[in-house]
Amino acid sequence: MSEADARVLRGGSRVGTRSVWGRWGLRGVALFYLAALLIVPVGMIFYEAFKDGLGPPIEAITSPDGLHAFWLTLVCVGIAVPLNTVFGVITAIVLVRHRFRGKAVVNSLIDLPFAISPVVIGLALILIYGQDGWVGGTLEEWGIQVIFSTPGMVLATIFVSLPFVVREVMPVLQEIGTDQEQAAETLGASRWQTFWRVTLPAIRWGVAYGVVLATARALGEFGAVSVVSGKISGQTETLPLFVENEYTNFNLAGAYAAAILLAILALIVLFSMNLLRRNPEVEEGAAVFDPAATNVTEKEA
Amino acid sequence: MAAADTAVAKPPRAGLRVPLGGEALTRGVSLTWLSVIVLIPIAAVVSRSLDEGFAEFWAAISEPEAWAAIKLTVISSLIVVAINAVMGTLIAWVLVRDEFRGKGVVNSLIDLPFALPTIVAGLTLLALYGSDSPIGVEAAYTKVAVVLALLFVTLPFVVRAVQPVLMEIDEEMEEAAASLGAPNHRIFRSIILPNLTPAVIAGCALAFARAIGEFGSLVLLTGNIPFDTQVASVYIFGRIESDNVTGAAAVSVLLLAISVAILFALNLFGRWRSRHERG
Repeated sequence: MSEADARVLRGGSRVGTRSVWGRWGLRGVALFYLAALLIVPVGMIFYEAFKDGLGPPIEAITSPDGLHAFWLTLVCVGIAVPLNTVFGVITAIVLVRHRFRGKAVVNSLIDLPFAISPVVIGLALILIYGQDGWVGGTLEEWGIQVIFSTPGMVLATIFVSLPFVVREVMPVLQEIGTDQEQAAETLGASRWQTFWRVTLPAIRWGVAYGVVLATARALGEFGAVSVVSGKISGQTETLPLFVENEYTNFNLAGAYAAAILLAILALIVLFSMNLLRRNPEVEEGAAVFDPAATNVTEKEA
Repeated sequence: MAAADTAVAKPPRAGLRVPLGGEALTRGVSLTWLSVIVLIPIAAVVSRSLDEGFAEFWAAISEPEAWAAIKLTVISSLIVVAINAVMGTLIAWVLVRDEFRGKGVVNSLIDLPFALPTIVAGLTLLALYGSDSPIGVEAAYTKVAVVLALLFVTLPFVVRAVQPVLMEIDEEMEEAAASLGAPNHRIFRSIILPNLTPAVIAGCALAFARAIGEFGSLVLLTGNIPFDTQVASVYIFGRIESDNVTGAAAVSVLLLAISVAILFALNLFGRWRSRHERG
């Protein structure tokens, strides 16, 4: 919690704090809603997974299919997140520091992966890389299979996690301005040196926050990956697909085990988000993408 | 490419230099990346949907099963947005103005639906509201389940949009109103609500865009019954599986158009708002 709300909380004579009944009523409704929708359901899968002891979930996760799904998830994340980090930083610099025609359009396009249905993303990739797709036939002649194979799943993961680093780095770049970069250049630093020694250290917390969010999204992506995967057990199954497959095959222990593994990873992400948000250089509430936020230019000098 | 001549029209602001190579090069790299990953695939969907002419496109959308799925998606998304507008604002209110033990934890948990994979979200709701529900509420495989899943995944939007605004509201106005004898509901309606409305609208728009395309959390929970609980994204998935790409592309383009319209409106709204606030 930031100091701002601690200060707000100490205030006395505002609405809702004057009447004890009103305050308890609102708090009760809010907490009941959160419990019924979020907290109890998430608690339930932990209960379901462990109700017969530690054995069944561990067995399910360490089965060959389970292990392969875990490995494939790591591959997708391991390729998608670093690529999106590098290109995300470049794109953020282009959108903040350059002026060119059509910049506003490009700026809005960055948010497309947030707004598009994952299934549509999957379909889009099939239409490009599938057998009858724009380049799929040619690639197949060269012996490269994208759809129903790992490259397609990686591409889907890159697509869905693309905006995060860009969106977290842009406001930081706007805030730091160009004074220090100019100073470095005046002192004879090359552009490359200026980037490594001045710009990158200044934006590192924004990058870190973006990487955390992108990782969370990449780990859990289901729809887009599902469409392009063909769902072949032990071959093109990531952990989220493994959850679905186990559930539809009535292997509930396996489904719950993989689900809590993903849930634990999500909680780790949440924890790191909280740690990072304590850092003053990271924008409060930045987890919600807000097109308006990227238009804000003046903060404090 | 227009990149070359826009590079010539470089702004006169001093020292606006890019660290990586030339401006045009960096811009080229960034735009190529965006095109390859996002723009070209999306162009493929749009082009495929219109391959066989507009009449075919319209026929694919107005096909009864597709239309039922679209209707269900839009109506349940609207219901979800309305509930979010009220509950999201209320939760934000409690998190900012109330104080109780464990508030910090509750505040962090709000982001859980963003971090939790959607398939896991569906499974958690199924564990509580499924066929052998421990609390005796069996909502799975009904339209209620659609709304429930969408409420889960869109929970953070309104809360996180309203929270910062609520923190910044000047309390003196409320105190002044209270000391002049205004009752609570009057203060809320005349002072707090007008300040919150832009944030609530922005949060609702994002929640709507998300709800319209949601897939993962619905797959297990709703049973995907055509004409009953099958939403648009599940319909598209079914068409892809049965190799009816034209049908899939048509409904996809409709969803795409809705998302793009929302993004565009939000961008305009955001720009208008920041100009308005600064002025």
